[in-house]
Amino acid sequence: MNRLSHPWRPPILCGWSSALVLLAALGCSKPAPEPTSRLSDVLPQAAPHELRAVEAFNIITDRADRSRALFLEASRVLLHPRCANCHPDGDSPYQGSQWAPHDPPVVRGPEDRGVVGMECTSCHQDKNLELARVPGAPGWHLAPRSMAWVGRTPRQICEQLKDPSRNGGKTLAQIVEHNAHDELVGWGWKPGWDREPAPGTQESFGAIVAAWAETGAECPSEEARP
Amino acid sequence: MSIRVLINGVEKDLDVDPEMPLLWALRDVLALTGTKYGCGQALCGACTVHLDGQVVRACVTPMRRAEGRSVTTIEGLSPDGSHPLQKAWVDLGVPQCGFCQAGQIMTAAALLAKKPKPTDAEIDQSLSGNLCRCGTYTRIRAAVKKAAGQPEE
Repeated sequence: MNRLSHPWRPPILCGWSSALVLLAALGCSKPAPEPTSRLSDVLPQAAPHELRAVEAFNIITDRADRSRALFLEASRVLLHPRCANCHPDGDSPYQGSQWAPHDPPVVRGPEDRGVVGMECTSCHQDKNLELARVPGAPGWHLAPRSMAWVGRTPRQICEQLKDPSRNGGKTLAQIVEHNAHDELVGWGWKPGWDREPAPGTQESFGAIVAAWAETGAECPSEEARP
Repeated sequence: MSIRVLINGVEKDLDVDPEMPLLWALRDVLALTGTKYGCGQALCGACTVHLDGQVVRACVTPMRRAEGRSVTTIEGLSPDGSHPLQKAWVDLGVPQCGFCQAGQIMTAAALLAKKPKPTDAEIDQSLSGNLCRCGTYTRIRAAVKKAAGQPEE
């Protein structure tokens, strides 16, 4: 019922439920698989444009389960179109909020910055252009293929993020820093012209990622969704 | 504020707003009208120029980005219209109305500078941001291949 790490677990692994004794007892006593719960089942409701505060997760007393829940909250940002559009599952980015192909058609090229004649920075500047409506931020480019998020589950993204062979050789501390302060990441909350920003703020997102790392950087189950 | 920029090999000090689009400076301040205004949103490629050899859309490139750098426009591609692309364009009669052609040639020039023998796919990828409402795409591709010394089809 209230498990984020797996649709069902043997009784001995019911740490996630430890904050909610009654539900935990019910959950542990049921032998059959149950639907995976969502964050809103155990945490305060959050509007689509908001992120929960790190403190809200303290209700989850098991450290590993809290870590998994924190990552699911972070995945609301990671899988938001403002972020995932440029972490595509192929060689071309998306745009808008419905996974529309980038127009004009562009490809990532050998260094994820386009091809000659169609580099990302042929059009994208270091800041948004309100009149021309072209989005921009310093270092505009696509995430490498190893960092594709579109079509991935939160768990798959979590494992990618922690894998130095797929995360650009970053340590956990560098991942936290990147998410909390990188200017291109920060564009997700300042997207300009009529674009829906990612949930929360970069500051609150950075705090969620930092808390996830501090609690062991656990990954949610394959089935878990925010 | 004065912005120093090299335009077609000539140093210029331009007293313009740093946020002024490069296209405005080229056309309205320097009277270099070969570069065209199309959409104003970096969607059509008519305003394509080179900034230190890289293709940029002049309509969305602020002058501050060009400061201290070299800008090449269609007027500066060659002193007398003898660039292989310009000759191929004439030989094959590529343009119809001609409005997009300066942008097409500037993108193609950047492509050939980096890939002297481009494949069809590379030509298509590089020129995909340059629209031609007359639909001269097949002649454009043939001219790029001719300029590269390759069979045109």
